[in-house]
Amino acid sequence: MEIINILTVFILAIFVGFEIITKVPPTLHTPLMSGSNAISGIAIVGAIISTKVGGEIGTWLGLVAVIFATINCVGGFMVTDRMLKMFKRK
Amino acid sequence: MGYTNLAYVIAAILFILGIKKLSSPKTARNGNTIASIGMLIAIIATVVSFELLDFKLIVIGMIIGSIIGATFAIRVQMTQMPQMVAIFNGFGGGASALVASAEYFNKFGTVDQTTFLTATITLSVFIGTLTLTGSFIAFGKLQGFISGKPIVFPGQQAINGLLTLALVVMGVSVCIGGGQEMNMFYGVLILAAILGITLTIPIGGADMPVIISLLNSYSGVAAAATGFVLMNNGLIISGALVGASGLILTNIMCRGMNRSLANVIFGAVGLEQESITGSEKQVKVKSTTTEEAAMILEAADKVIIVPGYGLAVAQAQHAVREVADLLESMGKKVLYAIHPVAGRMPGHMNVLLAEANVPYEQLKDLGDVNPEFDNCDVAIVLGANDVVNPASRHDTSSPIYGMPILDVDKSRTVIVNKRTMNPGFAGIQNELFGFDNTVMVFGDAKEMLTTLYKDLKEL
Repeated sequence: MEIINILTVFILAIFVGFEIITKVPPTLHTPLMSGSNAISGIAIVGAIISTKVGGEIGTWLGLVAVIFATINCVGGFMVTDRMLKMFKRK
Repeated sequence: MGYTNLAYVIAAILFILGIKKLSSPKTARNGNTIASIGMLIAIIATVVSFELLDFKLIVIGMIIGSIIGATFAIRVQMTQMPQMVAIFNGFGGGASALVASAEYFNKFGTVDQTTFLTATITLSVFIGTLTLTGSFIAFGKLQGFISGKPIVFPGQQAINGLLTLALVVMGVSVCIGGGQEMNMFYGVLILAAILGITLTIPIGGADMPVIISLLNSYSGVAAAATGFVLMNNGLIISGALVGASGLILTNIMCRGMNRSLANVIFGAVGLEQESITGSEKQVKVKSTTTEEAAMILEAADKVIIVPGYGLAVAQAQHAVREVADLLESMGKKVLYAIHPVAGRMPGHMNVLLAEANVPYEQLKDLGDVNPEFDNCDVAIVLGANDVVNPASRHDTSSPIYGMPILDVDKSRTVIVNKRTMNPGFAGIQNELFGFDNTVMVFGDAKEMLTTLYKDLKEL
């Protein structure tokens, strides 16, 4: 049952994604990409969980995963902000 | 545990609201901040609610990651955005694959290891690793570490096919067991890494927008797959959003080039098209000077500027904005027409022009700007070629037939700036250059625009 539940969440999220992303104008496609890139850094949540004390290899893989995902989040949100700051009106 | 999941739902809502605010440049920056707050909530909720976490490792990892990420974000030039997004995609995919691998090693041989868990782990490791190596190759190509030309060798597609087949077999045997699971797991890891490389090296420079969008989508799918591994709604929702976003952008880029995704991945365009002879007929062009161009512009009321990637290569964004400002101060209406594949990634040209302080109201995309050419006096084409080739409308033998183009030829006069008469990326002559209403101004875009600016001032 739990599997069906998360599948439902997954599929509904895809539909929401299509709805909102098709509304993003082409002008902002690069920031959309770097911003969504930062969001895919949500893997950091998984990375944090996998540092759980106990599994030795797992913990070290978790550390590398935390580094990778943090690069993704911090870098992604910062560079998106830097770009969006440049979009000005007349 | 209940509160943690609530926090993930809040994070997901903030991500969705954040992307929603990207629907206008006015609210976009706000949206990005909202999404980053969502991320912060998700991280804090995780750190607080899971027990037995190694805080020292987490803090160390976050500090290292933040320093690297911030350095990238602050120092990158806007022309280098595509490679930076590529490498970030790689890190995202890599993180997902690592998390899934960690889960595999931790749960291997325990009662927790269900077939569903193993299957999702395998999927996550496969997509994540492929994204990692593929993105690094794309980064290398865009940064110039690896040749930007398609790298092809005989039997390439057969090898990719065999790799895929081997991956499926190994993936299945990781799931159904049989004593060799651990070795098979390593096999999946290695083959996925190789497949990421072999699928990306044949892609040419101008097809990069498609590949970056696709890898963007993969990094989302990998995160979602990891969400299934950990049964974590936060990862599943965010991964699905990013997966959908990348897929939509991939589709837009493919449509912009009038090619199918399969054709981009397996076509290796840029090599084979050198042999095309169909449009070989020479076009007779009229060459002119910047002074004459200035006079044509002086008589115009409405001017549309069509920037191509050649403009960015010449670093002429500021020079073009100066000319545009001058024309506006002379009372003319000035617009910029941006083709979907004008840059090296979706929306790239807009960012480059925004950096040069071009107001976003002037940036018009294909659908909005094409009707504007009907009553346009002068179109200035700068470093663009295939995206303004009228052959795409009528010449069925042309490789770009059917590609959506900017209808510059409908303007009263077209001024085309090019370095030389060399054909464009698709290797074909552009009949536009021979039209009666077209004049060519040869030379480097930046120099040409700087002289044009002086000539306009002196009028």
